[in-house]
Amino acid sequence: MRHVVSVLVEDHPRVLTRITALFARRGFNIESLAVGRTHMPGLSRISIVVLGDDRMIEQVEKQLNKLIEVIKVTDHSEPHVEREMALVKVRTEGVEERLQIKEIVEAFRARPVDVGRTSSTYEVTGDPGKIEGFIAGLEAYGVLEVMRTGAVAMSRGEAILRPRLKKEAV
Amino acid sequence: MNGAEAILEALAREGVEVIFGVPGGANMPLYDAMYTRPRFKHVLGRHEQGSIHAAEGYAGSSGRTGVVFATSGPGALNLVTGLADALMDSVPLVAITGQVSRAAVGTDAFQEADVTGVTMPVTKHNYLVQDVDEIPRIVKEAFLIASTGRPGPVLIDVPKDVQLEEFSGDFDVQPDLPGYKPTVKGHPRQLEKALAALGRARRPVMMVGGGGHDAADFLRHFAEKSRIPVITTLKGLGVLPGNHSQVLGMPGMHGTVAANRALQHADLILAIGMRFDDRITGNIEKFAPDVETIVHVDIDPAEIGKVVRTAIPIVGDARWVAERLAQTAKPLDISDWWDRIHEWQQRHPLPTPERDRLSSQEVIRAFWEATGGDAFVTTGVGQHQMFAAQFWKPNRPRSFITSGGLGTMGFGLPAAIGVQVAHPDATVINFDGDGSFQMTLQELATLFKYRLPVKTVLLNNGYLGMVRQWQDLFNEKRYAEVHLEDSNPDFAKLADAFGVRGFTVEKREDLVEAVKETLVHPGPVLAEFRVFHEEGVFPMIPAGGSAEDMIIENPREVQQ
Repeated sequence: MRHVVSVLVEDHPRVLTRITALFARRGFNIESLAVGRTHMPGLSRISIVVLGDDRMIEQVEKQLNKLIEVIKVTDHSEPHVEREMALVKVRTEGVEERLQIKEIVEAFRARPVDVGRTSSTYEVTGDPGKIEGFIAGLEAYGVLEVMRTGAVAMSRGEAILRPRLKKEAV
Repeated sequence: MNGAEAILEALAREGVEVIFGVPGGANMPLYDAMYTRPRFKHVLGRHEQGSIHAAEGYAGSSGRTGVVFATSGPGALNLVTGLADALMDSVPLVAITGQVSRAAVGTDAFQEADVTGVTMPVTKHNYLVQDVDEIPRIVKEAFLIASTGRPGPVLIDVPKDVQLEEFSGDFDVQPDLPGYKPTVKGHPRQLEKALAALGRARRPVMMVGGGGHDAADFLRHFAEKSRIPVITTLKGLGVLPGNHSQVLGMPGMHGTVAANRALQHADLILAIGMRFDDRITGNIEKFAPDVETIVHVDIDPAEIGKVVRTAIPIVGDARWVAERLAQTAKPLDISDWWDRIHEWQQRHPLPTPERDRLSSQEVIRAFWEATGGDAFVTTGVGQHQMFAAQFWKPNRPRSFITSGGLGTMGFGLPAAIGVQVAHPDATVINFDGDGSFQMTLQELATLFKYRLPVKTVLLNNGYLGMVRQWQDLFNEKRYAEVHLEDSNPDFAKLADAFGVRGFTVEKREDLVEAVKETLVHPGPVLAEFRVFHEEGVFPMIPAGGSAEDMIIENPREVQQ
């Protein structure tokens, strides 16, 4: 099953390696991983998307909690939002093609960020399914390059990933 | 004060008295600082693996954090097996390794290795010191992490130029570990549920592991008040005395029939400070088929529910929980259950086959009888280890030191060094095999150097015996590369060359005298006992099997 896991960590060297190693050891392929600083000094937040056996993922989450530099872990099984951004460079040669591409871009609410003579680059934001739909729509014209940020995720409502005074971990 | 002196000062403030280790290019400043101002006992090993197993023996037998020093590159990499061993068996260690100077890190410099990278999966945590003034905080955190929660090894990698740099930091610092707060107190409601379930149980057992040693007094009190049968895992041997009337012995692959049958028929398992290792459970689908309630007490939440379905999880310190169990325990009405257990015990004692030659079992038993169990025991890994676990009945907690999770051959001799350093006046016996012993035998020099009176009892069967046993049972006796006798050294002469008293025993009539000689000799001894070559360890649950598949006696001999 697909799991979206968010991890609040101390911003130290090798933290990312420690985290990814726990997945790698069990043979999980990380589908996407996004990292960035938070509003709290010294704390970064990671969103990991991974496919795997539920029990194994649960064990990985417990092992993540045991890492000294991990403050908190959540598996977004509850209602949550996921967003991803992608840059997509596509071949734009004929006039007819340009018009069709423009239509797709508008339908997905994407934006051109670079327009050239033979190719253009678009920025698109949405949940991972939408990104895939956008790329698939452009496939026929010749997709030259794709860069995705990986999903960033957050629980809806009151649930907040923040340091607790007492953490139940070793 | 330079960085090296700051490290030693920080260690002194942690109460460190003994350091095991080997100097080299990248940790010379540390050794220079120790030479200039000696305040620790330093035990020089002959190989870093020996030093770290010694630190494990020191820690395991005393409950204190072991400290080991090694240089960069090969020195640090030689610690890896010991770190993995300590992580698996929850042994508190702090390893301090030299690293090449900061400017050379990452350049493939002489004796450089990415030690924090290599040791990441085999440590509870590790540090690379980048700033000399951070030393006090890092050392303080390292000891806190190593010794609290589920204990484990922590490594601190210190570049040589950091060791030499002028220190201007403050020793009066607090750890900064916002993500580290072990749960010590079990949840009171869970505890109530556990007690209620226990009161309802008809066939309960308590299974105690390595996490139980510091709770031994309370666990014994609880067991005696409740009359619950007690199973001690390999790492839990000694939590209750091995010859206590309620102790059924070790469970699992080479456990006693009574312990395995009790688990097979139990309706409640109260598991404390143990982790349902595969050597205990065998086939997990068939483990404890009649159990209704598993109560699992462990300080590591990741262990609960990892292997078995747990009805009542209690995350907390075994001592904290055991104290409450002891306070509230009531006598259980389980005399029928005890009748069944006694029957298993009487019908299936541990097999002690009659041999023309000496057997490992009778040698171990002779030492136990001669000491009354009043000794520390270490072991290597293999058949001799299992025989020791079966036939040595430890009197006290933390007196049976063995490599459980990792199964590290060569553990016994260096571990015994650490035990003897921690307990200078105690009798320390290393039961070893000819295969295991030869993996770290260079540490005989360490015994001699410090005049440590460790008694190595070498049970020489001329084989890598456990592998031979599996080849016998499962590979139609295709004894691939297990034969050692054709090339074993003369162990008595070898001991002699190291300045250790060595002798060889072959005949049964010499056994009692040899045991006495081993124990009364004031210095270190290597006593080689030439034992029956094709002994098998039984009972045995084959890998992946269950208690139903338990082989109680050697099938080769039953057929004959």
